Amino acid sequence: MNVGTDQRTTHSPISSQFQSRKRLSERIGYACLYVILGALAFLQLYPLVWLFFFSLKDNQEVFNQSPFSLPLDPKWENYARVWTEGNIALYFFNSVWITVISVMLTVFLASTVTFAITRMRWKWSRFVLGLFMVGLMIPVHSTLIPLFSFYLKIGLIDHPLSVILTYTAFNLPLTIMILLGFYATLPREVEEAAVMDGCSVHRIFFQVTLPMSLPVISTTVIINMIYNWNEFVFINTFISSDRYKTLTLGIQNFVGQYMTEWGAIGATLMISIIPILIAFLLLSDRIVEGITAGSVKG
Amino acid sequence: MEKVMSNKFIIALYILPALLLVLTLIYVPIALTGYYGLMEWDGIGDMSFVGLENYMALLQDKNFWNSASHSFLLALFSTLSLAGYLVIALILASKIKGAHFLRKIYLIPMLLSSVAIAQLWLKIYHPSNGVVNSLLSSIGIQNPPAWLAEPQLVLYAIFVPILWQYAGFYILIYYAALKNIPSSFIEAAKIDGANPLQIAYKIKLPLISGVIKVTIVLAIVGSLKYFDLIYVMTGGGPNGASEVMASYMYQKAFGSYEFGYGSAVGFYLLLICLFVTWLIRKLTVTREDVQY
Repeated sequence: MNVGTDQRTTHSPISSQFQSRKRLSERIGYACLYVILGALAFLQLYPLVWLFFFSLKDNQEVFNQSPFSLPLDPKWENYARVWTEGNIALYFFNSVWITVISVMLTVFLASTVTFAITRMRWKWSRFVLGLFMVGLMIPVHSTLIPLFSFYLKIGLIDHPLSVILTYTAFNLPLTIMILLGFYATLPREVEEAAVMDGCSVHRIFFQVTLPMSLPVISTTVIINMIYNWNEFVFINTFISSDRYKTLTLGIQNFVGQYMTEWGAIGATLMISIIPILIAFLLLSDRIVEGITAGSVKG
Repeated sequence: MEKVMSNKFIIALYILPALLLVLTLIYVPIALTGYYGLMEWDGIGDMSFVGLENYMALLQDKNFWNSASHSFLLALFSTLSLAGYLVIALILASKIKGAHFLRKIYLIPMLLSSVAIAQLWLKIYHPSNGVVNSLLSSIGIQNPPAWLAEPQLVLYAIFVPILWQYAGFYILIYYAALKNIPSSFIEAAKIDGANPLQIAYKIKLPLISGVIKVTIVLAIVGSLKYFDLIYVMTGGGPNGASEVMASYMYQKAFGSYEFGYGSAVGFYLLLICLFVTWLIRKLTVTREDVQY
């Protein structure tokens, strides 16, 4: 007992010196790591901060001052102007309703498919699931020409339905994949009990399974929302008239018309970005979850 | 139970709408792309069958090989950058304060539309008052290049925002995979006296090798079919210097109305993507993915 205490007292000055040296080097190491991480965060964010700054400047300020300068006298009217003058308000509204309808359609259809594949019993379920999953590997550009001529033939070119149907079809595989992971964890007992009580399949789906899968549904809704809100290739190919253009396409137009007005361009870009940023601030955990679920399981 | 849950009519009702959409809008078009490639066609008038002519002509088409080489170069850069993203993720996942917050910051560019990103970076690269050239002239460089107008530079100038856009995505995937490693593995290695580098190299990396494989496939295939930023920022120019396979297809079909030829490009794009996916999976299946 005594020996033990002695040893500890004799050793402690040396070991604490050793430890403090170790702590110092550890601290320097951590400082370096934070510098790296901070620099990366700066690089990821600075372009957006810069965009925000120039959205509040007029051309005089943009061209005469350093691009790093803060806006001297913030021109909030840039936002009001592009919102009322151009068609930005219309494009914004189109983005909203096209996104909402496509997302609802995708998530509903993906839910029925996932329910039928994981909960119901039939011979071809694995094969059909495979059909959906292979869709993940197909480059959208390879389908663009036939889709264009197909919609041209049935009169859906320059009609929002062509975009909505295409978004739904191409987002189904990923949405089903995210849902599958969650459905696998749902207990079967609840459904079995419901069948015993004489529930129909529809009632089980709508009143038991669908409500239980609400957390994962919200994840898929957000992922789909981000994809559809930002989609460019399909809408650029299928839609030509102004009244159906979405924000992504509208920005392209707008920049063409006001090529030299940086403030107006900046304000338009900010308007297209802000809804996604707000959604991200409110729901970032769900978004992060959806992105990881959607990619790693492949 | 059995009987209720294997009702054929209900299964069809739940599956068919989605299946029909996927078949008519993904699978049939894929087959048609291959078929249209056999035609000479302006997209509106009559098609005339020319056999494998388009496919053969493409093999001789310098512009196509040019664009293909740009796509492969982008694939190379994206794959190399994965190493950097992996290092960042390793740092983030090593119990650092604020990791949760930082990883979200990194992700923000990935959420923005390509058009917005492209327009923003057009301004960043602006020859006289963009951020890049202002920075260069402030440190005394007299005539900084007009990045997007120089045939030798344009491709690399466009790679930067593409890598910027996806950095957070890959960091997030690696971070999530690293966080899934049971801490007992790391503790055991620490007790055996392994230093952080050894733990990263000998324990963490092998444990997430499956995820690394997936990201390599994603990065390469994603690069091969990349389109958005390039189309908006340069349209493949100047003089084809930044053309990639997808933008070449788009330009052939919707720019010069050679739908047959464009379809042949699209079909090659599909074949290349599928082949590369298959090849990487084949090459990297050395052991079973780790389960824990």
